[in-house]
Amino acid sequence: MNGEIQLQVSGLVKRFGEETVLNGIDFCVRKGEVVVVLGPSGCGKSTLLRCMNGLESPDAGSIFLDGEAISAGGKNIAQLRQKIGMVFQSYDLFPNKNIIDNITLAPVKVQKRSKKEAEEQAEKLLKRVGLWEKRKAYPRELSGGQKQRVAIIRALCMNPEVMLFDEVTAALDPEMVREVLDVMIELANQGMTMVIVTHEMQFARAIADRVIFLDGGSIVEDSKPDEFFTNPKTKRAKDFLQTFAYEKRRTNIN
Amino acid sequence: MGLDFGFMQKYLPWYIDAAILTVRVSFFGILFSLVVGVICSVIRYYKIPVLQRIVSVYIEISRNTPLLVQLFFLYFGLPKIGIVWSAEICAVVGLAFLGGSYMSESIRSGLESVEKSQIESAASLGMSKALTMKEVIFPQALASSVPGICANVIFLIKETSVVSGIALADLMYVTKDLIGLYYETDEALIMLVAFYLVILLPVSVLASLIERRLRYAGFGN
Repeated sequence: MNGEIQLQVSGLVKRFGEETVLNGIDFCVRKGEVVVVLGPSGCGKSTLLRCMNGLESPDAGSIFLDGEAISAGGKNIAQLRQKIGMVFQSYDLFPNKNIIDNITLAPVKVQKRSKKEAEEQAEKLLKRVGLWEKRKAYPRELSGGQKQRVAIIRALCMNPEVMLFDEVTAALDPEMVREVLDVMIELANQGMTMVIVTHEMQFARAIADRVIFLDGGSIVEDSKPDEFFTNPKTKRAKDFLQTFAYEKRRTNIN
Repeated sequence: MGLDFGFMQKYLPWYIDAAILTVRVSFFGILFSLVVGVICSVIRYYKIPVLQRIVSVYIEISRNTPLLVQLFFLYFGLPKIGIVWSAEICAVVGLAFLGGSYMSESIRSGLESVEKSQIESAASLGMSKALTMKEVIFPQALASSVPGICANVIFLIKETSVVSGIALADLMYVTKDLIGLYYETDEALIMLVAFYLVILLPVSVLASLIERRLRYAGFGN
């Protein structure tokens, strides 16, 4: 893919106390590209995403969105965040607001759009994911999968340029994973620029334009999904992929 | 023991006036203590430098001195530096001074019970700190501090009984007056208890209704 560079990460370092979680990360995401970040737990995937949304401030290095630097304490951070939607593992809908208000709160109060227009967009998006009937419901009345779809829509309703997904299906029951992933695939097909952290390997392979494999705070591999999944270059990636494969058990019954 | 119902009937208007005063002082005292409580709890929640220290000193003073002492300070002490307030204003200010710290602690524990991820998700939507407080943190905090706030309301209404100490004609004052004048101790005390119950029982019932409603609504993500 050779569209223009939308998101650029260079020399990113993040430490928590003594521990270096990210140790010089460099990569860029082009417009419309879907990048999946894989890696063993604790390798810094989530931290990387959180830095990209200014929720963590890096100790060194920088992140640029359309050429503008993102920094947690920066003045323009709130504006930049409107261009970068983020969805979390724990949904984090606002329990004190119903679904439609959850979605329209930021468009109306932050982007100063009219309530009517924001609601129209929200309803259209809700219809698309089959949750229009739930627009007046409260988050507690929804299943995990439904909540996560609403959380995606809440981020989408800000009309972001990039969407970040941080293990959005990790807290879901298996039968609800699909409905959330389908929404993400549809989004990717519409040309949304996306950075996804996930443990769903088949999904990663299906949706990714590029796979970044992170281990020990560094990018170990950066390749096409087919290449990564069938023929990983490094031993670490091989070992990682191995953990998702099972050998058939020898049976004792003849 | 024969009760003198004629006496009770005769002085009923005194009690009604006193009850109105008690309710008025309670209402404004509690209203202002909520305002003070909200401001102090938000200062402590955000750990605003300097102000935070002032608030903790205030809370320690307020909670560790009796209301009667606070009232004496306002009513007899302040005039020495030229500030003269009526007894009723002193009562309201005193109640707000005492109640503010209790309300602050209740609301603060509510604020701290709101999950950090809620704040992050608001931030990721580009919401400012103030907007997040108003739309996300505070409403959730309030819901979980309601039981504490209700307990404080009842506590503060009961505390108003000490305003008689600065010659304010509340229920306690009228009772002591009547006992002193006529020695009709039983009647006066029965009226006193009855009037406090008339004021407090509905508040208490209302409080438990609100609490129950909130429990059913059970926010939870």
